[in-house]
Amino acid sequence: MRIGVAIFPGSNCDRDALFAVEQMGADPVELWHADADLKAVDAVIVPGGFSYGDYLRPGAIARFAKVMGPLEEFARAGGPVLGICNGFQVLTEAHLLPGALLRNIDMRFVCRRVRVRVESTETPWTSGCESGEELMLPVAHNEGNYFADEATLKELEDEGRVVLRYLKNPNGSANDIAGVCNEGRNVVGIMPHPERVSDPVLGSEKGLKILRSVLVGARI
Amino acid sequence: MNIQETYASLGLSDYEYDRILELLGRAPNFLELSLFSVMWSEHCGYKNSRPLLGRFPSDGPCVLQGPGENAGVVEVGDGWALAFKMESHNHPSAVEPYEGAATGVGGIIRDVLAMGARPVALLNSLRFGPLDEERNRYLFREVVAGIGGYGNAIGVPTVGGEVELSRSYSGNPLVNAMCVGLIRTEDLVRSRAQGEGNLVVLLGSKTGRDGIHGATFASDELSEESESRRSNVQVGDPFMGKMLVECCLKLLEEGLLVSLQDLGAAGITSSASEMAAKGGVGIEIEVDKVPLREEGMEPAEIMISESQERMLAVVEPEKIGQVAELAEHYGIGSAVIGRVADHGELRILSGGEVVGSVPADYLAEAPVYEREISRPAYLDELRELNLDEISLPEDYNAALLALLSHPNLCSRHSVFEQYDHQVGTNTVVLPGADAAVMRIKGTSLGFAITTDGRGRHCYLDPEGGGAATVAEAYRNLSCVGAEPVALTDCLNFGSPEKQAPYYQLARCIEGMSRASEAFGTPVVSGNVSLYNETSRGAIYPTPIVGMVGILKDVSRHATPGFKREGDMVVVIGSGPGVSLDGSDYLEIIHGKVAGRPVEPDLAAEKRVADLVREMVRSGLVDTAHDISGGGEIVAVAEMALAGGFGIEYEEGEAERMVAGQGRGRADLAFFGEESGGFIVAVPEERWDDLQEALSGFAYDYIGCTGGDRFKVGNLINVSLEEMREAYEQDLFGG
Repeated sequence: MRIGVAIFPGSNCDRDALFAVEQMGADPVELWHADADLKAVDAVIVPGGFSYGDYLRPGAIARFAKVMGPLEEFARAGGPVLGICNGFQVLTEAHLLPGALLRNIDMRFVCRRVRVRVESTETPWTSGCESGEELMLPVAHNEGNYFADEATLKELEDEGRVVLRYLKNPNGSANDIAGVCNEGRNVVGIMPHPERVSDPVLGSEKGLKILRSVLVGARI
Repeated sequence: MNIQETYASLGLSDYEYDRILELLGRAPNFLELSLFSVMWSEHCGYKNSRPLLGRFPSDGPCVLQGPGENAGVVEVGDGWALAFKMESHNHPSAVEPYEGAATGVGGIIRDVLAMGARPVALLNSLRFGPLDEERNRYLFREVVAGIGGYGNAIGVPTVGGEVELSRSYSGNPLVNAMCVGLIRTEDLVRSRAQGEGNLVVLLGSKTGRDGIHGATFASDELSEESESRRSNVQVGDPFMGKMLVECCLKLLEEGLLVSLQDLGAAGITSSASEMAAKGGVGIEIEVDKVPLREEGMEPAEIMISESQERMLAVVEPEKIGQVAELAEHYGIGSAVIGRVADHGELRILSGGEVVGSVPADYLAEAPVYEREISRPAYLDELRELNLDEISLPEDYNAALLALLSHPNLCSRHSVFEQYDHQVGTNTVVLPGADAAVMRIKGTSLGFAITTDGRGRHCYLDPEGGGAATVAEAYRNLSCVGAEPVALTDCLNFGSPEKQAPYYQLARCIEGMSRASEAFGTPVVSGNVSLYNETSRGAIYPTPIVGMVGILKDVSRHATPGFKREGDMVVVIGSGPGVSLDGSDYLEIIHGKVAGRPVEPDLAAEKRVADLVREMVRSGLVDTAHDISGGGEIVAVAEMALAGGFGIEYEEGEAERMVAGQGRGRADLAFFGEESGGFIVAVPEERWDDLQEALSGFAYDYIGCTGGDRFKVGNLINVSLEEMREAYEQDLFGG
């Protein structure tokens, strides 16, 4: 399976994501921001970092990058897309996912391991997990405070589109939301970094449960 | 302004001006005078410290590059090497803390990049005045935000460091940043310019007026006026920094550069003149070709601007097209601003005319001041400590909780959680342990890094403190299982023109050198920050040591937290010599800074540290911690807190401690400090093996892990919950 990793200027978890793709046993493919070409990949990861320095707003400039054209088409056609951290922010800015990510409620960057619960396994990125399973995953962000209007939140909850939920909210997110998916369930955005716990030497392989889900090919 | 006022305003003395006249054989023009002023500042020229720095041992079997380059380099194995250096950004951080700290991080990253290495880890040692002053809270908050703001965005994890508070740093914080980079040994680059006719290329940001005379500003005491020098502080752009890192690494990978140098203090002037002096060549700079972000900049301003995120490279003419193409790919600027020449001068041209020309050697050779080293009187006054005047605590639970909750001993989570410490997916042991442990992908190798400083100790005993600083770093690396190989340092002191700071500098260097020799950890890079003084006086003499060690098998490492119920806990290498002199207990509980801290026995320390490391490496021990501030009881409490298991001392053990190492005093037995002690824990089934490993060494079995309380005889009995509440402080009051 070929998994593309989008690289914007200022992405800084791109190499980590490429390495994790190797760890999960798939072929990593670099997708450079200035090339409107997805190189026939089977799935796309939009990695973390500070694309375009997070200037203006996280993800606000990245969404206009050339690579986003084919990426949006791919997503709308049902291709599996995972946005991690800054990638989640890019996907909300691109309106591939609802809501927005605001500054953390205490206005501080937060880097720690947090416990999340898998709320939905009906996505290509969580199908390898158990429903209700608790995972310890690292977060590292300035803007992880998920926000959406009441109606959207209700829709997300009613349709089971909250994918991950914090057990102890680190950033003020509405409904303790750590990750959501789109209506088609193929596009998932999460704030925690599964690629950072995908190697036994780093103390945990829990992240591979998420990343490897896509290999099972559980198309919804 | 007459000429004397002019050079004085640039920070040059009468003697230095006369020296310039003598060297040049003529009067310099204003531009040339500016070049000398920045290059002969203490910050760039080390004119007060150079005679003393020669004392440091700098060579060893692993050393690929010692002092004199942008960073020191040591060999790790399997063809890998580490480049590392530490640098201060104290003065800028005192007046503009966010940008001062951020550009400190950016600067040290580029130093490592200039060796051709990929920056993979950051650490920082911070010192502030106590948080009861609003100004100190502001500096602390903004410095930490600045470090995070730059390091997080550029994508280099901040994996460790330390923070300490003391009145002596009020108004003069210390911000020392260390960076470690990873490189294949065959890919190392040097900064010497070569090849007449080769092009000099400026990569990265445009040049503005920011940071003009930053180097001279950093070489003066801080005063009320310093506030007006905010414009001397540079502004950082981590996004540009990130693109510059990726672009330079790609340029090197493609073999497109002859040499590379970062632009730090004194901007193009220092980079170009150092590259020329090292290569024994000249460099011509056409200032009109430097891309500017402001209009009307004078040649002198362009030459000494400290605008951030810039690198200078020497490129063969036929490769310039490819260099420009790659720079464009990464969205960064590149401009040919000069060429390598054979005349040995740093020559500046504007409008086709030579507007200044000085032999590069002269700029690199600042005058050296050898000063008299004489012992200041305060040392003898402070050394008297009569324990009879120190009252025993009425409640040892309260004393322990007071120590654990003190800003100098409590958990640092509120600081390090603001730093991304995992980006890069190499961090094996996260912040909060004795040292950070990193892996090298694709190998079983790892390396560990620690930064340590003991300002109060160095104040009470400069030479002993200097040695103890190196010893502490050696212990910290040993107890995670790493073999220490080399160190970098940052020497933070007051004005060398005054008796006490100069004496402290000289003696600290002596102590550090003796310890480095004893441990076999040469000093491969470093930085000096003098004139750390305000109207309230000089800071504590604070040498910071950043030490690097190697793990052949990174999966074999230890951390401080207790891992299992029923583990047997042993104290090694500490006991009879503990003292309250200069201890945390004495300062925190009794408000006293006095006495003469125990002088480390370097040979004995090394034996114990090497033993602990061997036990970790062999897989016997996975739980180890060194005994430091707060003594044995605080160290054990930290291990209980980190692991979430309580511990009860053996029946009669507390009494034995009080009668033995406490010489009748429980506070001395519990909280007394000495250099060289460790605590390890093993499961019962490894007890025989542990005893065998420890044969010939003094050790003391203190008790078994388990439960949720910490009990020591009938004097200490607290729950983990109470300890956690005391320990888990948010230092930002949030």
